[in-house]
Amino acid sequence: MVNCLYSCRMVYNHAILWGFFLFTYAVNFVKIFLEKFSANFNLDNLHLMTNSIPPIKPQMVGRSRSANEKRFDIGFISFTRLLAWSIAFLLLFIFGTVAWRALPAMQEFGLGFLVNSAWNPVANNGKGDYGALPMIYGTLASSGIALLIAVPLGVSTAIFLSENFIPSKIRTVLTFMVELLAAIPSVVYGLWGLFVLIPFLRPISTFIYQQLKWIPIFGTSPIGPGLFPAGVILSIMILPIITAIARDSLANLPPELRQASMGLGGTRWETIVRVLVPAAFSGIVGGIMLGLGRAMGETIAATMLIGNSNRISVSIFAPSNTIASLMANQFPEASGLQVAALMYAGVVLFVLTLIVNVIAQWIVSQVQAKYQ
Amino acid sequence: MLTHDNRLIMTDSLKKRTSSRNILEIVLTGIAGASLVATLIPLFAVISYVIIKGGKHFNLDLFTKLPPVAGQTTGGVASAILGTILVVSIAGAIAIPVGILAAIYLSEFSSAEQKTARTIRFATNVLSGVPSVIAGVFAYSVIVLAMGKFSTLAGGMALSVLMLPTIISTTDEALKIVPQDVRWASVGIGASNYQTVLQVVLPAALPAILTGVTLAIARAAGETAPLLFTVIFTNSWPQGPLSQTLPSLAYLVFEFARGFDPVLQEFAWAASLVLVLLVLVTSILARWMTRQKVYE
Repeated sequence: MVNCLYSCRMVYNHAILWGFFLFTYAVNFVKIFLEKFSANFNLDNLHLMTNSIPPIKPQMVGRSRSANEKRFDIGFISFTRLLAWSIAFLLLFIFGTVAWRALPAMQEFGLGFLVNSAWNPVANNGKGDYGALPMIYGTLASSGIALLIAVPLGVSTAIFLSENFIPSKIRTVLTFMVELLAAIPSVVYGLWGLFVLIPFLRPISTFIYQQLKWIPIFGTSPIGPGLFPAGVILSIMILPIITAIARDSLANLPPELRQASMGLGGTRWETIVRVLVPAAFSGIVGGIMLGLGRAMGETIAATMLIGNSNRISVSIFAPSNTIASLMANQFPEASGLQVAALMYAGVVLFVLTLIVNVIAQWIVSQVQAKYQ
Repeated sequence: MLTHDNRLIMTDSLKKRTSSRNILEIVLTGIAGASLVATLIPLFAVISYVIIKGGKHFNLDLFTKLPPVAGQTTGGVASAILGTILVVSIAGAIAIPVGILAAIYLSEFSSAEQKTARTIRFATNVLSGVPSVIAGVFAYSVIVLAMGKFSTLAGGMALSVLMLPTIISTTDEALKIVPQDVRWASVGIGASNYQTVLQVVLPAALPAILTGVTLAIARAAGETAPLLFTVIFTNSWPQGPLSQTLPSLAYLVFEFARGFDPVLQEFAWAASLVLVLLVLVTSILARWMTRQKVYE
């Protein structure tokens, strides 16, 4: 807070200089770009272009800086500080705005919203009756399925990529390919899931249903979209995050750990299971939490595969809904209290992902501090 | 005799344990390798399906014509490509300068205020985990409700929220890699802070910063969710930043995939191919660019 007050004062002091600064900044920026890129713009010698330190202007040597120049310099620093702070404020601002718009629904339904399972815009003489329990359940259940699949796969992939089972050049390529999974747009996963994954999973789901229908979680006949395909697509989408962070925390462990374990006669896998994985455990958990946060907030792919039914069903083959896909589906046609109710659901989602992300970031930062 | 026997038994048991351990080692290695294969199967499955199904319409028409209307079987997604460029340009115009300058503060000027820098880095990381729907309703609440209508501008702003964390963290990392000597040299010959940063440090980190920016742009181009709350989808040409309607590649895939017209579904695959090629090319280019170091 002190820092904030300080930066605010600086901002006030140097407000006049900003117009001047912005102009010079723009001129400088354009100048740099013209200097760098006019001569020979081509990707091959980009590193050559940026290699040279710009020449010093002769008049700058042997002269003390003018008061204006000094003020300008402080102004520049203050400006970057202001923008950096604006990122932190943006987070609060987003939360504040969404919560503000949700206020009518919060007043109307209170905390009962979290345990009510009705979603009916025409109830109460057209006022509507809303509760988010089915979507909260669907969000947690689909993320849970995603984690059940992605955690074992991701962690063992991470182990494979952090050890020297295969030559390091191939490993680099494979690591890059796992990262590419994260780059594919969510809507492409949705399209692929709709036309490829669901038809592929249907015989498998039907077989499980026929064999095990006495177990409630397999208790309904698979009709296509549902919790299970949504969970599978989410698991594919969070695999790269879990793998990347687990691999990083395994690869960054001090080599002494491995040497000591091997020196005591441990085999490679004894070393991995008893020494390396426990040492990197918090990093791995951090990665899993980040994956969970991503799975809970994922919208488009889940919307296309989950079936969008606002009813709670224990069966994983039944259609369900997540908070994010509820918002994506209903927002364009919503009005009045329904908008506020959707915003309220958004606040619930925001808080859920925020808690998960903050814990994850905290764990990951602790791990980074430990081995640096 | 006794010692000899003992030794024999020891070697024997040692051998036995070793071989059972070896089998376990091989099995576990096999499981780990199989996990890697299982992880990569979806990547190849998605890419190959997109190429096979989208390749059918991957021709000049795709980049020059409008989507087919009822009865037609040929056309393109040119309007959506233009619309995507428009909305991502708006997002970039907001997120790139703000992100780079914020990262300059974090990396260059925050040495006396470590706590502040930690807070802001933490906020950036948390911001990267904010769901894209939330960015959408945020832009809806701030811009759409203020202007009284949906607009491409609001869509661009929602996307900029999602671009910011990527740009900040990659720029931050890129600036950290520039050796301290370079800054000392610059200050030593009399350059002021902004001269050092803008004329020496920033150009040195430019390849890595461009990488981050390119990745952020590619991700933003593939985002659909924020646009659901901020623009109305259309097949026709984009009408400028204040227009309510916007054609966008990702939105087009979403709309056409949920529709029941098989011709339009084919174009959903073709548009996906364009999106996937965009992210593949930018990711590979980014990978290649980050290996180019300015100062060794």
